[in-house]
Amino acid sequence: MSEHIVSPKIYAVILLALLVGTLLTVAAALRDFGPWNIVIALAIATFKATLVILFFMHARYVKGRTQLVVISGFFWLAIMLSLTLVDYTTRRPEPSTSQRSVPSAHLFHV
Amino acid sequence: MHRTGDLFGQYQTLEQQKDSATLGMWLFLVTEILFFGGMFLTYTINRRAFPTAFGVGGNMLDLTLGTANTLVLIVSSFTMAMSVWTAQTARKKLVPVFLILTLILGCAFLGIKVIEYKQKFDHHLVPSLNFDISYRVNHPAPGDSPEEIAKEKKEIAEGLAADPDLNAHAQLYFSLYFGMTGLHALHMIVGVGLITWLLVKSLKGRFSATYNTPVEIIGLYWHFVDIVWIFLFPLLYLINRHLG
Repeated sequence: MSEHIVSPKIYAVILLALLVGTLLTVAAALRDFGPWNIVIALAIATFKATLVILFFMHARYVKGRTQLVVISGFFWLAIMLSLTLVDYTTRRPEPSTSQRSVPSAHLFHV
Repeated sequence: MHRTGDLFGQYQTLEQQKDSATLGMWLFLVTEILFFGGMFLTYTINRRAFPTAFGVGGNMLDLTLGTANTLVLIVSSFTMAMSVWTAQTARKKLVPVFLILTLILGCAFLGIKVIEYKQKFDHHLVPSLNFDISYRVNHPAPGDSPEEIAKEKKEIAEGLAADPDLNAHAQLYFSLYFGMTGLHALHMIVGVGLITWLLVKSLKGRFSATYNTPVEIIGLYWHFVDIVWIFLFPLLYLINRHLG
């Protein structure tokens, strides 16, 4: 079989990176970086997830067709997140006073 | 099903068979990405709408237990990957060893979750039940440190000043907390079941260098559940830790 066998050494290195990443994200969360806290947290999480996908899940070693499926999954997720947020982030409060008939409607014009 | 050795009848080669199974599992995981993705999207929209409540709610989660759970799952992904390696390299005796380790870690995660959920129940933080964000500070347990209670009381007071509907919006946060971690825990339970099945088969020596596909693809499922938690952890537990 032409299967690529990943060595335990690589797994151990990835494990170490993941553990370090976890401690780093907790440490960063305890300090005030203002609006960057969430950016740092998500960046570290994305880095950890990428390591798991590429090495533990062997995505780095599979055929192109399977790699395409993996990328598509995240592509569709990106569409769902970005297009929905395009809606919510560009809402402006409506001039009509009838909006106030719903108690917390004014909070949804994010 | 017609089978010659490890090769099932509908496939021409073992490689094609393995490819097919791997592709199938990845396609399923893509649906799972969008399944969880929908909840992450809901979380994002509601967090933008109610940042104060999400910060207050997030600080009520136990950071130690959450971090412990993250580390537990990461190590379990390692032991799962190792079980695949032992099967691929025909170390048949070691396959069940790493599967058992993965099972222990998976159950440890679920046990810690139970402890966390019990805490929420005791603090009246279960939505629709008797939700009251101020319950704990108004009824501290004997074991609670006075500094911690005072800190939380101050945080709730500041939260109420910024958002009079804090209780309602915090209930939203906890709905998402239970919804997302609950769905994740459900996936963990299914994973534990699948790995138990693998364990039984591995003890019978079923997996070899030529046939280890079930270990590989259930491993894919397990790693995916780990990845969901890798994102859940910062979004739920690490929102507001730097303030105070």
